[in-house]
Formats: sequence, structure tokens, C-alpha cells
Amino acid sequence: MTRFSAAALVRNALNGQTGWTAQWPDAEPKGAYDVVIVGAGGHGLGAAYYLAKEHGITNVAVIEKGWLGGGNTGRNTTIIRSNYLYDESARLYDHALDLWEGLSQELNYNVMFSRRGVMMLAHNVHDVQSFQRHVHANRLNGVDNRWLTSAEAKDHCPPLNISADARYPVLGAALQKRAGTARHDAVAWGYARAAAARGVDIVQNCPVTAIRRGADGAVEGVETARGLIRAKKVAVSAAGHTSVLMDTAGVRMPLESFPLQALVSEPVKPCFPGVVMSNAVHAYMSQSDKGELVIGSGTDQYTSYSKRGGLPLIEHTLAAICEIFPIFSRMRMLRKWGGTVDVTPDRSAILGTTPVPGLYVNCGWGTGGFKATPGAAHTLAHTVARGEPHAINAPFTLDRFRTGRLIDEAAAAAVAH
Amino acid sequence: MLLIHCPYCDETLPEMEFAYAGEAHVARPVDPSRTTDEEWRDHLFVRSNTRGPHAERWRHVHGCARFFNAVRDTVTDRVLATYPAGSPRPDLPGKDTP
Ligand SMILES: Cc1cc2nc3c(=O)[nH]c(=O)nc-3n(C[C@H](O)[C@H](O)[C@H](O)COP(=O)(O)OP(=O)(O)OC[C@H]3O[C@@H](n4cnc5c(N)ncnc54)[C@H](O)[C@@H]3O)c2cc1C
Ligand SMILES: [Zn+2]
Repeated sequence: MTRFSAAALVRNALNGQTGWTAQWPDAEPKGAYDVVIVGAGGHGLGAAYYLAKEHGITNVAVIEKGWLGGGNTGRNTTIIRSNYLYDESARLYDHALDLWEGLSQELNYNVMFSRRGVMMLAHNVHDVQSFQRHVHANRLNGVDNRWLTSAEAKDHCPPLNISADARYPVLGAALQKRAGTARHDAVAWGYARAAAARGVDIVQNCPVTAIRRGADGAVEGVETARGLIRAKKVAVSAAGHTSVLMDTAGVRMPLESFPLQALVSEPVKPCFPGVVMSNAVHAYMSQSDKGELVIGSGTDQYTSYSKRGGLPLIEHTLAAICEIFPIFSRMRMLRKWGGTVDVTPDRSAILGTTPVPGLYVNCGWGTGGFKATPGAAHTLAHTVARGEPHAINAPFTLDRFRTGRLIDEAAAAAVAH
Repeated sequence: MLLIHCPYCDETLPEMEFAYAGEAHVARPVDPSRTTDEEWRDHLFVRSNTRGPHAERWRHVHGCARFFNAVRDTVTDRVLATYPAGSPRPDLPGKDTP
């Protein structure tokens, strides 16, 4: 693996780009590991990296049924923010944001984290009250978030229609300036490269078909398309397919999998600052560095593993976008896609131990777990290495659905990217 | 886009006419005060989240406004059968996907 640096760029420019080596080897699975992580998304790859780096556990395999980063990590609209309502969420997402800020340096890989700000529009009295409550709660938690008048919102984002007779009048907005976007693929690749450099095996095209438990009930390993792989510790980080896998270990999950879609326009010159979201009308938008407008909304209404979703939702989303930003009404859309997101009843993640000894789970990130990638990965590694949660992920238990100690971000935001 | 057959109106119509209403045949505990925390969890929060034929409730909101059930394959999104609320889930031989 060649370290990226200005000197390496110059050297390779002069020698015809012949000095670059493969970024990670395509590993064949061994028969046994100390830890097996199921799912090579950002969360699973990141956890492998932190296991190696912070806990010295390098005999680790990340097992992926397709290609690494081909799940929701490579399908999301890359919004990163931490202005969640509850203390538990604020700590978790702000921990992630702290890690995002140094991630490119840490991984020696440009993840293009860009603090371009995320602005959420308030269209009615309920929005105004709820967002102002968020702003106050965030301030108490030391999380950056501020209230803007509609004129200030327009100042921040000139394409915004704030006229009084707009279909969706803008009564104000909440702006988190520290929030922004990052390059999704680079996050998966950066973690994969850094983890592989520390000895982690990344095994692609290898579906895990079942989690194997021994006579004492504890985890023994995973059954895969390429045979049994033994491990005393298994962490499932498989997003939309988590409940299917956990079923094989006899653990029923409070999860439902929904299609979530996104689309991009043809690329145009820079014309749109930051990310703008509208929860009330279920639409949000940003502009990628390539120039495409990146557009998304809420999930389709029915559960599905199809990775598709229907056109009525796209139509609804674009209708809303055209009302909020009339200048884009003649923009042409280039492509749309979908992912399968795992949604919990309270819209907060599940990250921790399970009733099965040696089995750990990281899931339930639903429509908004890209932003959490470094934080989830970091605390998952801690949980797996120590066999008990980190203080930051401790509230995000599976058991909260029995005790009733929910972290009800569902009530706080309908579209929670 | 899904095409869904309303068993009451006896018409096959686009998804936009209907509202999804979650997994079907989820039975409410009969004796709430004797129901344990585990049973409440299972009733309120745990769903089968089936990958394959899934029994689910739909409501024909822009038609007869009534609830009915459907079996839909969650991999292909094809609706395999619809039937009135209160009737048992139909057997669909040969249509299961793994
Ligand atoms: C359209 C869309 C837009 C989104 N927008 C945002 C956003 O703006 N901001 C935000 O924060 N979040 C967003 N999200 C959510 C975000 O993408 C996810 O929460 C996050 O990427 C989850 O990361 P992960 O690593 O847990 O999952 P994934 O990247 O999905 O990784 C899970 C991996 O597990 C693998 N796997 C599954 N089953 C098996 C098996 N049996 N054996 C082996 N491997 C298996 C999958 O192939 C997959 O690669 C969006 C999601 C979608 C779909
Ligand atoms: Zn009807």
C-alpha cells in the first residue's frame, strides 16, 4: 500500500503513475478469526479498523456478501449533522462529528468531509416550535445549531422561495454550520485500506447464511457460501438485512426494512450552498462537488428488500423541490436508485450486546446512519473488544424495547437523515 | 409502482390509492395486566420483517376506505394475493421465494 502524499503524487506524475499499489488485497477467508464482522459497509469496515488500531485485535475478518461499500454506504446522500434532540443521540452523533473532522488525516485518505452546513426549513407553527426546541436542547448539549429568520435562510440559500404566497411558506429555519457532507465511497475505501494495512481480512462476494451457536448457546462462528468461519465474537453490521441474519441466531429484532430512494440531476455549475432539508414536505437537497443536485426524501411506505422503491415517491419529492426552489423546475434528472434501510420503532440505532454471548449488533440506523459512521464504528469496536458498551453507545441497547427506555427521535423528526 | 387489488372494490389500482398499515395478523395481548414486558415488546415492537412473502395490512384510503390484507413478496414487490381483514392468510403454494 502506497502512502498518499504530495511527494507520492509528484513521484508518480514523473514515473507515469506506475508506483501505485493495490489499496487492499482481496482476502480468502481463513477457517477462524478472533472477531468476524458481517457487512463491509462503513460501519463494519470502520469497526474493524478501530479494533485493530485502538484495541490491538487484528485477527479480524469483515465478511461481505457483495462488494465493499455496495450497501447503504454507497447509496446514501451523505448528509452529516448532529443536531438531534435527545442527550443520548447528541452525544453519539457529536462523537461521530468529532471523528469526521480528523478522518482524512487519520486514514491518509481524502473522505472529502465538507462543513457546508445543514439547514432545516420550518413551514408551519409546529415546525417552528419543534426546531426551536431542538436549537435550545442542542445548545444545552454543546451542539452547534441556530435559529434563522426566513430572510436569513434566504441569505444563506438564495434559490429558496420565501414569498408569502409560496405553497410551502418558510417561517424560519434551523442551521447547523458544523454539519455538512462527505464522499461516501471514500469512507468505505479509506477504512478498508487502513484496516487491511493493519492485518484485517476483507472478504467480498461471500454471503453469511447463518450465525452458528454452540451447545452452550454462545456464538461459534458464521456459516458462509465459502464454508464455516469460526469466531468467538461476531458483530452483525448488515443494515437492512440485519433481522434476517439475527433470526438465524434465534434473536428476533425490532426492525423493519424499507426502501429509501435518492436521485441526482445533471451536473451544473455551483449554485446551491450546503444542504437544505424540509421535513414537513419530505424533501432535501444538496449539490455534489461534481455539480449534480443530490435529492432525497423519506422511505417508501411499505417494507421491502427490493432496493428499488416506487415512482410516486420520486414525483412527490420533486414536486416539493420545485415549490421550494422554483429555479430548478426545468432541471433534468440523471438517475435514481434505492437502498434497504433498517428502521427501529423509535428511529434510534441499536448498538451493543445481544442475549447471545459473543454476538454483537449494530443496526437500526435507518435513513440516517452515514453521519454516524465513525462514531458507530468506534463504539462498536469498543463494545466488541471489551464485551461491554462504551458510555456513548450504552443507552442504545436492544433491551430498551423491553424496558421502555426508548430514545424517541421518531417523534422529533419525520425525515431523519 | 405497486398494483394492488382491493378485495372489496374488486379493482386493481395503483399504489397511490392505498396506505400501508404494517404487518398483518399481529394479535393484541388478550389480558394486558398479565402480559409480561417481553410479550409487550414482541407485540409492540418486534415484527417478522420477512424477506419473501409477507402478510400485511393495507387501507384503500382513496376508495372504499376499508382495511384489507395482502401477501406481497418483499424481494420482488409483487402482490401475490389480497383478502378481507379478518380472514386467515391464504396458502400460496409454489410462490415462496427463499
Ligand atoms: C438513498 C439513501 C439515502 C441516505 N441518506 C443518508 C444521509 O444523507 N445521511 C445519513 O446519515 N444517512 C443516510 N442514509 C442511511 C445510511 O446510508 C446508512 O444508515 C449507513 O450507510 C449504514 O451503514 P452500514 O455500514 O451500517 O450499512 P451498509 O453500508 O448497508 O453495509 C451493510 C453491508 O452488509 C452486507 N450484508 C448484508 N447481509 C449480508 C450477509 N448475509 N452476509 C454478508 N454481508 C451482508 C451488505 O451487502 C452491505 O454491504 C441513506 C440511505 C439511503 C439508502
Ligand atoms: Zn376498496
